[in-house]
Amino acid sequence: MVTRIILILCYILLAPCLGGILEGFDRKISARMQGRIGPPIRQPFFDVIKLYKKQYIVVNHSVHFLLLSYAALMILTGCMFYGGTDLLLCFFVLSTAATFLYFAAVITNSPYSTIGAQRELVQMMAYEPAVLLTAVGFYLATGSFNVSNIIHSDYSLIVKMPGFFAAFVFIMTIKMRKSPFDTSASHHPHQELVKGITTEMGGKNLGVFNITEWYENIFLLGVVALFIINKNPWSYLAAVLVILAVYFLEILIDNTCARVKWELMLKMTWFVTLLCSGLNLLILMLVR
Amino acid sequence: MSALPIVLFLIIFPFIVAFLMLIIPVNPKANRVRNAIAYISAVLIMIGVGILVAQWAMGGSQPIYLYANTEFADHMTLVGEFVLMIVVTFLSFKYHRAWVSILSIVPTLAIAYLEIWGPKTQSMEEMSRIYIDHLAILMCIIIGIIGSLIVIYAVGYMHGYHHYAHSWVADRRNYFFMVLFIILGAMFGFVLSNSLTWIQFFWETTSVCAFLLIGYTREDIAIKNSFRVLWMNLLGGCALTIGIFVFAYSQMSVSFQDLITYAVNADGGKKAIAMIPVALIAFAALTMAAQLPFSTWVLGAMVAPTPSSALLDSATMVKAGIYVLFRLAPAMHGTITGNMISFVGGFTFLAASFMAIAQSDGKKVLAMSTISNLGLMVACAGMGTPETIWAGSFLMIFHAVSKSLLFQDIGATENSLGSRDVEAMHGLLYRLPMLATCMFIGIAGTFLAPFGMLISKWSALRASVDENNIIMTLMVVFGSATTSFYWTKWLGKLIAVTNEKPVKDITKPNEKISIIIHTVMMIALCIFVPLLTTAYVQPMLNEMFPSGKGAQVLPTSILYLLVLLIVFVFAVPAIAYLFSKNMKANEKLSYMSGINTGHDDGFTNSFGGETKLQLSNYYFKDVFGQRKLMLPCQLLTASVIIVMLCMIIGGAF
Repeated sequence: MVTRIILILCYILLAPCLGGILEGFDRKISARMQGRIGPPIRQPFFDVIKLYKKQYIVVNHSVHFLLLSYAALMILTGCMFYGGTDLLLCFFVLSTAATFLYFAAVITNSPYSTIGAQRELVQMMAYEPAVLLTAVGFYLATGSFNVSNIIHSDYSLIVKMPGFFAAFVFIMTIKMRKSPFDTSASHHPHQELVKGITTEMGGKNLGVFNITEWYENIFLLGVVALFIINKNPWSYLAAVLVILAVYFLEILIDNTCARVKWELMLKMTWFVTLLCSGLNLLILMLVR
Repeated sequence: MSALPIVLFLIIFPFIVAFLMLIIPVNPKANRVRNAIAYISAVLIMIGVGILVAQWAMGGSQPIYLYANTEFADHMTLVGEFVLMIVVTFLSFKYHRAWVSILSIVPTLAIAYLEIWGPKTQSMEEMSRIYIDHLAILMCIIIGIIGSLIVIYAVGYMHGYHHYAHSWVADRRNYFFMVLFIILGAMFGFVLSNSLTWIQFFWETTSVCAFLLIGYTREDIAIKNSFRVLWMNLLGGCALTIGIFVFAYSQMSVSFQDLITYAVNADGGKKAIAMIPVALIAFAALTMAAQLPFSTWVLGAMVAPTPSSALLDSATMVKAGIYVLFRLAPAMHGTITGNMISFVGGFTFLAASFMAIAQSDGKKVLAMSTISNLGLMVACAGMGTPETIWAGSFLMIFHAVSKSLLFQDIGATENSLGSRDVEAMHGLLYRLPMLATCMFIGIAGTFLAPFGMLISKWSALRASVDENNIIMTLMVVFGSATTSFYWTKWLGKLIAVTNEKPVKDITKPNEKISIIIHTVMMIALCIFVPLLTTAYVQPMLNEMFPSGKGAQVLPTSILYLLVLLIVFVFAVPAIAYLFSKNMKANEKLSYMSGINTGHDDGFTNSFGGETKLQLSNYYFKDVFGQRKLMLPCQLLTASVIIVMLCMIIGGAF
C-alpha cells in the first residue's frame, strides 16, 4: 500500500518533468534528423513557463475549466495505473478525459478548432479497439486485469502477446500526435487545419494542454513497460530500454511520413488491430 | 394474502381505462376529463406495481405460482385472439396488403386448435397460468414506472403535437391513449404469464398495438412502416406458435417454466428435440427485440408521435423480446441456438452502431443506438452464463431509463425547436437550457465512463473473454469505439456556443415532470449500482441458475470505485468551473484566417459580403450510411439464422 502511494505521488510530481525532458529530446532528435541544430533539451519547460506568463486571452471562458477537467482526469488515469488498479478501468477513464478535451475544443464554435475536434473523435474511434484489446490481452495472459498482478508474472508478457504489443505501438503514433496520424492537430500553424484542436487555446490554456500531454505520454509509456516488466528486477531496466526504443521509433515515423487522411488512418489502424491483436487474441484463447 | 387480485388489476385495469379513453370524444372540454383519467390511472398503475412488489418481497421474494385451473380466462384469451385476427384481417384488406392477414390467421387458428382439440392432461389443467419471480418483477417495475411516466408525458406532448409541430394531423387522441393503455396491460400480461398460449396472445396484442400506434398519422409513410412492424412481429408470432405446438405435443405441456427446466436438464437426443421450441421462441424474440434482419421496424417506428417511440423502443415492446431471451438463457447456454442468438446480437450491436454514425436525425440516432444496445443484451442472453445475464440485466435497466428519457426529451425539443435534427441542436444548452441539460445527462449516462451503461459494456466484454468467445470480444470492442463516436459528437453539438436567440420553451409541466423524474432516476441508478447488484440482480441470478454459483463479473470493490469516480467526474468540472469563473481574461474572436466579420458567426467571402458560419459534425454517409450497410447486414444475419435453424431442427432427427 505504501509503495503504491509513493508511486502515485511520484507519478503526479515527476511525470511532467519526465514528459518534458522526453519532449526535449524528441525535438532535438527531430531537428538533427532534419539537419538542424534544434533547441536545448530544457526548451519545452521554458515554453510552458512562457505560456503561463502570457496575457490570458480566450475565445470562450469555459475552455479553461474543461481543460482543467481534462488534465485532472488524465492525471487520475495515470494515478490509477501506477496505483495498480484495473487496466480496463484506466482506459475507460482515459477516454472520458479525452471527451473533455473534445468539449474544450468544440465549445468555442471556432471552425478550425471544431474540425480538429472532429478529427480527434475519429482518432479516438480508431485507437480505442486496440487499447481495449490490449487490456483483454493482459487478462488472458495473466488472468487478471489488475496492474499490480500483471507486473508479478514469471516472464515478460511480450513473449505471449507480441501482436498486442505491435498494435499498441501502432496506435501510440495516434495518441502521441505524431505524423502520419496527427490529423487533429498539426505542429505548424501554416497548414490546412491551422493548429486544429488547439487553435483557440493560448497562454495558460495551452500550458495546461501541454502538461497534460506529458502526463498522458508517461502513462502510455507505462503501458508499454507493462509488456516487459516481470518478477525479475532487471526487467525494469529492459523496460526502460524498450520505452526509449519505442519513443525513438515514434520520432522516426514522425519525421519520415506525411500526414494521411482520416479514412486511411481508420482503415490502417483497424486493419493492424484486427490482424495483430485479433490473431494474438485467437491464439491466447486457444492455448488457454 | 394472495397476490392474485393485484396481478389481475395490473393486467385488466389498463384495458378498462383504454375503453374509457376511447369513448371520451376529442374536444377541449372532454380532453380535460380524459387527461385527468389518464393521470389517475397512470398513478394507480404505479401504485399497483408498488403493492405487487411489496407483497412479493414480504413473501420472502420467493417465486409465486398463481391461477391454476381456469377455463374461463383461457377462453377469454382465445376470444381476444380472434378479435385481433379480425382487426388485422380487416386493416390488411383495407390497405391492400392482404397477405399480412395470413400471418395472423394461421397462428390464431393453430392456437384455437391447440386449446380445443389439443392434448389435455391433468398437469396441463393444473398448470399455474401466472408466475412471478425476480425477472418478472423487474419487468413490472420497468413497465409500471417508465410506462406510466410516458403516459403522463404523452398528455402534454400530444397537446403540443397537434397545436404546434404537426397541426395537419387529424386529432385522434382518444384512439392514441386507448392504444397506449392496451400496450401497458398487454405488457403486464406478457411478463407475468407462465402459460405459453397466454404469452402468444399478449404477443399478438403488443404487435397489433405497435402497428396501430405507428400508423397514427395515416400518412403513406406511416402506413407503410406500420405494416412492416406488423408483419415482422407476426412472423415472430408464427414462430412462437410453432414452438408452442412442438412443445405441447412432445411434452404435453404449455408451461414456460416447464419448457426451460426441461431444456436445461434434458441431454442427448432429448436435448436436441427440446431445443427446437427453444430455438423457435428465441427466433420470435429476435423479431420483437428488433435484431438484424428485422431491425428496420424500429427505424420505421420513428414516424409515430414520440411517446409511442419511447414506449415501444425503450420500456416495453422491445424489452419483451429481451425478457423472453433472458428466460431462455439458461437453456441456450453452450448450444447452437445460443451461438446463433449471441452472434446475431453481437453483430447487430456492431452494425447498428456503425449505422448510427451516419444518422443526423436525432430520433434515428436513438433508434439505431436502441437496436445496437438491444443487440448487446441479446448477445448476453445467447451466451447464457450468469456473468452475461448480470451484464445484460444492467444494460436493460439503464437502457430503459436512458432511452425513455432521451426520447421524451427529443420529443419536447422538437415541439419547441421545430426540428429534431442533431445539427439543429447547435448550442441547445443556451437556447433550451433545461431540455439540453437533461439530454446531456441522458447521453452521458449511456456511454461515458464511469456512468451506468459502461458498467454493462465492460462486464459484457469481460464475460465474452471468459467464455473464450473471440467474435463477441471483437464485436464488443469495435462496437464500443463507434458508440462513443456518435454520442460524443452529439454532446459536442449541445454545448457549442451560439449567437442564436433562445427558443421559447413550450414544454408542458407534465412533460417536464416526467423528464425530470427520469433524469433523477438516471443519476440515482448510476450511484446505487452496488446496492442494486447485491439487493436484486444477484438473487435474480441465483434463481435463474439454481445449479451455478451466482457469479458477479465486476467485484463489488470495483463498483464502489466506480461510484467514487462518478463523484469525481461530477466534482472536477464543478470545482474547475468555480476556480476559473472569476479569472480575468481578454476575450477575443475566434480565428477565421483574419476575416471574422466581428460576431463570431460569419466571415467575409470572396465577394466582400458576409457568409454565415455553419459548423457541422462528421457523418460519413458514404462509408457508414444505412443505405449502404443495411442490406448486406440483413442478408448476412438472415442467412446465418436460416442455416442455423435448419441445423437445429435437422439435428433433432
